[in-house]
Amino acid sequence: MTGVSTITAEEIAVAPVETGFWTRSRKVGVGLAAAGVLAAIVFGALATSQTARFTLSEDAQGAALSIDGTFGAILFGLIAAVAGAAMFTDRWFPWLLGVGIVGFVLSFLCWQISDAPAGQNFMPLVNMVRGTFLLAVPLIFGALAGVLCERSGVVNVAIEGQLLMGAFAGALVGTMAASAWIGLIAAAIGGAFVSLLLAIFTIRYLVDQVVMGIVLNLLALGLTGFLYERLMQTDQAKYNQPPHFGSWEIPLLKDIPVLGPALFRSNLFLYLALILVLVVHIALFRTRWGLRTRSVGEHPTAADTLGVRVLGLRYRNVLLAGVVAGIGGASYTLLLYSFTKNMIGGKGFIALAALIFGRWSPTGALLAALFFGFADQLGVYLGAINSIIPSQFLAMLPYLATILAVAGLVGRVRAPAADGKPYIKG
Amino acid sequence: MEPGEIHALLGENGAGKSTLMNVLYGLLQPDEGEILVDDEPVQIRSPRDAINVGIGMVHQHFMLVPVFTVAENVMLGAEKVRGGIAGFLDRRRARREVEEVSTRYGLRVDPDAVVEDLPVGIQQRVEIVKALTREVDLLILDEPTAVLTPQETDELLAVMRSLKESGKSIVFITHKLGEVKAIADRITVIRRGRTVATATPDASRDELAALMVGRSVSLTVTKLPKEPGPPVLRVEGLVVNDERGHQAVAGVDLEVHAGEVLGIAGVQGNGQTELVEAIMGLRPVLAGTVTLDGQRIDGWSAKKVLHAGVGYVPEDRSVDGLVKEFTVAENLVLDIYDRPPFGSRGVLRPDAIAASAKERIAQFDVRTPSHDATVGTLSGGNQQKVIVAREMSRPLKVFIAAQPTRGVDVGSIEFIHSRIVHERSVDTAVLLVSSELDEVIGLADRIAVMYRGRILAVVPPDTPREEIGLLMAGVVQEEG
Repeated sequence: MTGVSTITAEEIAVAPVETGFWTRSRKVGVGLAAAGVLAAIVFGALATSQTARFTLSEDAQGAALSIDGTFGAILFGLIAAVAGAAMFTDRWFPWLLGVGIVGFVLSFLCWQISDAPAGQNFMPLVNMVRGTFLLAVPLIFGALAGVLCERSGVVNVAIEGQLLMGAFAGALVGTMAASAWIGLIAAAIGGAFVSLLLAIFTIRYLVDQVVMGIVLNLLALGLTGFLYERLMQTDQAKYNQPPHFGSWEIPLLKDIPVLGPALFRSNLFLYLALILVLVVHIALFRTRWGLRTRSVGEHPTAADTLGVRVLGLRYRNVLLAGVVAGIGGASYTLLLYSFTKNMIGGKGFIALAALIFGRWSPTGALLAALFFGFADQLGVYLGAINSIIPSQFLAMLPYLATILAVAGLVGRVRAPAADGKPYIKG
Repeated sequence: MEPGEIHALLGENGAGKSTLMNVLYGLLQPDEGEILVDDEPVQIRSPRDAINVGIGMVHQHFMLVPVFTVAENVMLGAEKVRGGIAGFLDRRRARREVEEVSTRYGLRVDPDAVVEDLPVGIQQRVEIVKALTREVDLLILDEPTAVLTPQETDELLAVMRSLKESGKSIVFITHKLGEVKAIADRITVIRRGRTVATATPDASRDELAALMVGRSVSLTVTKLPKEPGPPVLRVEGLVVNDERGHQAVAGVDLEVHAGEVLGIAGVQGNGQTELVEAIMGLRPVLAGTVTLDGQRIDGWSAKKVLHAGVGYVPEDRSVDGLVKEFTVAENLVLDIYDRPPFGSRGVLRPDAIAASAKERIAQFDVRTPSHDATVGTLSGGNQQKVIVAREMSRPLKVFIAAQPTRGVDVGSIEFIHSRIVHERSVDTAVLLVSSELDEVIGLADRIAVMYRGRILAVVPPDTPREEIGLLMAGVVQEEG
């Protein structure tokens, strides 16, 4: 080639941006430091001198981490404050944020546990971990359904409806066929049915994706509610006593301390959720299908000019999302309960929040779902020790966290560029 | 088309060049007629068919996924995979393929760079590499030089020559006559969807221009020499961010005098957009000042700036300049609809609006079926004239035009240029931002070259093109 290149990639590589003194890290640092100091003072003052014990078992027995309540509340509060102050260095942001949040939560727990009625000054960690994961299961399925859908450019607000339809179909067909497995397949089809409507109306008829999602949630609620009252209630034994999957222990892994009893003496749905996170992660970032899915979600016209079938791929991913959410819905009816009206109760929207909080990535969605699951489990625990903290406050936590995430405090949240935009050829 | 031939397709905006090529590439379907490849008629129903018969295309708006790496963009749609139906991507092979093609044709790119971090010139290379890895014989380049500096254009022409030597054919779509003469073996001129002539590169620029437009045009702007008056618009130490929070304007000082045209040259995306929007009050000013006739106007709303005597032709007319669904008449009063005679006490006066519209449609030669026609149905040139008419109807101290002739036919370009020269002659201070260097050189009294948010130099318009080109690429020459 003749001539010398005047511009090289290295020269132009985007220069780090000066945004003045108040970087995101510093702003969050101030908030965290303030929260930490407040925790040390308030929780420290409220805590009693009872010893707070974190037992490594399901009850008060066994080995435990013990700390004086007042001392612990102050200590962990200060740790959070120090982490916040350290953010002024503008480095290690995610780590410091993690340390800060954990410190704040521990400070809070030291108060709560030491303040509990006599004899209940302990928190069984095995129970906490198990509860966190079990409560996170539907969120993981729901958020993965969101990932599959939205990475290809279709907004999935219908997660709630897909979960509900899955739960209903699983209960009905599972009971009638007297087989949990057949119920599971029916649940997948139920979820896919909601997805099919979403796909046809948004991809083929270009209906606004968010509006369509909301309508589908209402449709699923109305349809299952109607059939529940008119069909299932007439003969529960015939239509609504689904067989349940039992618990399966995994050899070797079940013997790991704390994690073993908490996670590996569990049920099909938890295992499936964890495996699915891994599978979707690998598929999305390592395979041809994943590359094409992401390209269609980011720049469908570019994908189209390279011979990728944009609409076909979107149909396929939306349907797949329905299958995943449907199976997640079955975790309600094929594990513990029978179907009741509106039994998902908004978990689908928390799953949507987990998707955004997890930045549209499968592993991020898992972590977000676990965080929300922990908040849920904490509410259960606080109820059990008669805490003065109303459980409704903890139920708000997922939504609050999502608002913070979307506001950009926890890092730049960037949706797939073509998410929500219909693709019209030409 | 012959093998190893560079065939230029010359035509005005809207002449049908891109439509023709989109048919060839399978993005649009022909209503009639057939396409022959190697003397065989072929049906091209999709881009995949086009690639299979050996046709590749580099689009005017790049078809690259911004968050993907170069290698990912190149392999998309033709992925090398392992592991059967699982289809695991073979990234190593993809990377090797990019390196192979880029060394063979002298198109240096880093396969692991993320596309959105690359400058447009390099992104274009990625597009070419993408086509070449698909082993096409015919490469269609749609307006490839629109976004390049003169140096980058020279490099592109060199790449085209080396492709030609290795037996590839190239269709080169453009409306720039100089480039056509420099590289084409054959030239087809189209106008209003018809081939009007086939020419050779020996044809003179004026001949080609006349063929393109259908009548003779004056390619140069005539303007009389003029002593500039006192400074009217002054910008000092201006700092502005773009949408992503990156600093786009990094300390700009400018002065525009009454009765002069200050041209801002530079490759698109070097902060011109943000500079103009900050002056207009459309984007927050982080530091520095903007003064109009000695009065600070930074921090003012756009409406206040407009009524203080600033006319503004925005860069993207369909998004920022017009409400496409509104009629021509409505668009003509967007700035003054709330003042008499067009509106009073919150009620519009349709008669006054229509009357004023009819008058200005005639005065500014807007070709529209009526003042009631929806603006979106007009051609690009006539839409632009509506904006110019609106902005020039207020008493002006400053006129700011950003890319005023982008996507506009030659006739309208002539008209808009003459209006700009007219404003200069009545002592308006004109700030012209354009990525078309010829336009800046032709109109401006002084040229400020902008690069990465800074003004690198202010030069007179008789400065050699090469020197301005180097400045646009960020190369500052030391005084010997």
